[in-house]
Amino acid sequence: MSSNNKNSGLRRSLWSRIAPRQGNLRVWQVMLLLLAFGLWHVFTSPTLLPPLYFDDNNKAAFFFGEPLKVLSRLWDWFVGGEIYQHLWITLVETMLAFLIGTVSGVIIGLWLALSPMASAICDPYIKALNAMPRVILAPIFFVWFGLGMSSKVALGVTLVFFIVFFNVYQGVKEVSPVVLANARMLGASQRQLLRYVYLPSAMSWVFASLHNAVGLAFVGAVVGEYLGSAAGVGYLIHQAEGVFDINTVFAGILLLTAFALVLDWIVGIAEKRLMVWQPKSGETERI
Amino acid sequence: MTAALALENITCTFISRDDRSQRYTAVGDTTLRVEAGEFVSVVGPTGCGKSTLLNVAAGLLLPSSGEVRVFGEPLVGINRRAGYLFQSEALMPWRNALDNVTAGLEFRGVALPEAQACGNDWLRRVGLSGFGHRYPHQLSGGQRKRVSLAQTLIMDPQIILMDEPFSALDVQTRQLMENELLELWQADRKSVVFITHDLEEAIALSDRVVVLSAGPETHPIGDYVIDLPRPRDVLEIRMTPRFIELHSQIWHAMKDEVLKGYVQQQQK
Repeated sequence: MSSNNKNSGLRRSLWSRIAPRQGNLRVWQVMLLLLAFGLWHVFTSPTLLPPLYFDDNNKAAFFFGEPLKVLSRLWDWFVGGEIYQHLWITLVETMLAFLIGTVSGVIIGLWLALSPMASAICDPYIKALNAMPRVILAPIFFVWFGLGMSSKVALGVTLVFFIVFFNVYQGVKEVSPVVLANARMLGASQRQLLRYVYLPSAMSWVFASLHNAVGLAFVGAVVGEYLGSAAGVGYLIHQAEGVFDINTVFAGILLLTAFALVLDWIVGIAEKRLMVWQPKSGETERI
Repeated sequence: MTAALALENITCTFISRDDRSQRYTAVGDTTLRVEAGEFVSVVGPTGCGKSTLLNVAAGLLLPSSGEVRVFGEPLVGINRRAGYLFQSEALMPWRNALDNVTAGLEFRGVALPEAQACGNDWLRRVGLSGFGHRYPHQLSGGQRKRVSLAQTLIMDPQIILMDEPFSALDVQTRQLMENELLELWQADRKSVVFITHDLEEAIALSDRVVVLSAGPETHPIGDYVIDLPRPRDVLEIRMTPRFIELHSQIWHAMKDEVLKGYVQQQQK
C-alpha cells in the first residue's frame, strides 16, 4: 500500500518535471513531429503491420509514400547537389513575387486610400479582380511571358498584391483622426502626413498580411512550375508524379514547407524589429 | 489693440451624410475674443459644441458662417500660430516620447541634433527626463499628457487651444498638471483657450471664464473676469472666499443650462 503511494507520488513528480510548459515547448514540438513521422512509418511500411484498409501490403506505401524513403530522397538531393538549381529557381521566383507584390500593393493601397475619387471609380474592378480565381491566369501568363521564371513571378504577384493592397487600404482608413489632426496642427504637410502618419499606421496591417503573402508567393511559383516549366521544385514534383514516384512528391512538399517556414520566420523577425512600438500584452515580470 | 484670436459670429451647421435634410446647428452666432497673453476658459454643459468651437479656432473645421481672425488677419487653412492639446490620445504610437516631442520641429525642417536637444529640454520641463526612449503605450495617462504638452509647447505657439486636456486623468494627477500648466504659462505668457466642463478648474486657471448655453445653437451666455491674484495654487485658491463667491455666481448662471443639456442627453 505504502509503496504504491510512493510510486504514484514518484510518477507525479516525474510528470511535473516533463509536463509541457514554456521552457520545454521546443522538446514537445519536436516530439509531436517525431510522433507524426512514426505513425506515418508504421502505417505505410509494407511489412510492419498486416494491411488494414488496402488489399495489398504495398498499396499504403504506393499512395502515401514511406517517410524513410522520402527522407533519403531529400538526402540524395542535397548530397548529390541536384536540388540546388531547382530550389534556387523556386526561391527566386517566390522572393520576386513577394517583393513586387508587396511594394505595388503598398503604393497602390496608399494611393487609392488617400484619393477617394480614384477609389470610388476603381472599387468594382478591384473587387472583380480579387474575386477572380487567379490561377486561371497562368495560361495567359505563359503566353505573355513564356515558360521561364517571369510567368511564375507574375502569377505570384497577382496573389500577393491583393492581400497587401487590402490591408494597406484598411490600415490607412483606420488612422486615428485625432493623431492626424494633431500632426496637421504640428505643421505636417501632405507629404509628411503620408510618410510620418499614414505609412507607419498602415505598416502594422501590412505585416499582419505578409505572413499570408509569403505562403501565396510560394503558391504562385510552385503552381506555375507545375503547370509548365523546365526547372524548379514544382517541376520536380510534376515529373515525379508522372512516373508515380510518390516519395519524391512528398520530398518536394516537405522541402517547400520547410522553406516557406523559413521565409515566414524572416518576416516575423522583421516585424519584431520594426513594430517595437506596438503594445504587447502581459509585459510584467514576476519576481 | 487687436485680439490674438477673434471668433466673429461663428455658426456651425452639420448636415447628416445619409439624409441631407437632417441638420444640426452646433454653434450659433458665437463671438469670442481672446487677448494676447490672456487665459480664457470656456465652460458649458456636455455636448454643447465646445470642441466644435475650438476646431474652428484651430482651422481644422470651416464654419458655416462667420470669420476667424488671428492677430487681425483672417484665418485660411490650419492656424499656424496655434498649438492644440487634444482631449483624447493624440501621440503617434509608433514614435517614442522624444520623437513625438520633436515631431513638429522635424516637420518644420529643424536639424535633428538641434531638435533632439530642444526635445530633451522640454521633456525635462514637463518632468519626464529619461523617459524619451519610451513609447506611448509604455507611459501612464498622465505621462502621455505631459508628452503632448511638451509636443505642443516646443513649437512656441502664440495661441494654445486646449480641449479638456486633463479630463481623463485622476484628481490628484490632474491638480498637479494644472499647477504645472500655470507655471509654464506664467513663465511665458501665451493666449490660452481652455475648454472644460469643470467650473472649478476653469476659475482656478483663468483670467476670464466664458459660459456657453446648452446645445443646439450654443452661444455665450456669460462672461466673467476672474480677479484672483497670481501666481495661484489651484488647490489653495479653491478655499479662498473670492473663489467661492465667483463660483456660486457663475454656477447660478450655468445651472439652468446644465440641466437643459442633461435632459437633452437623456432624450437622445
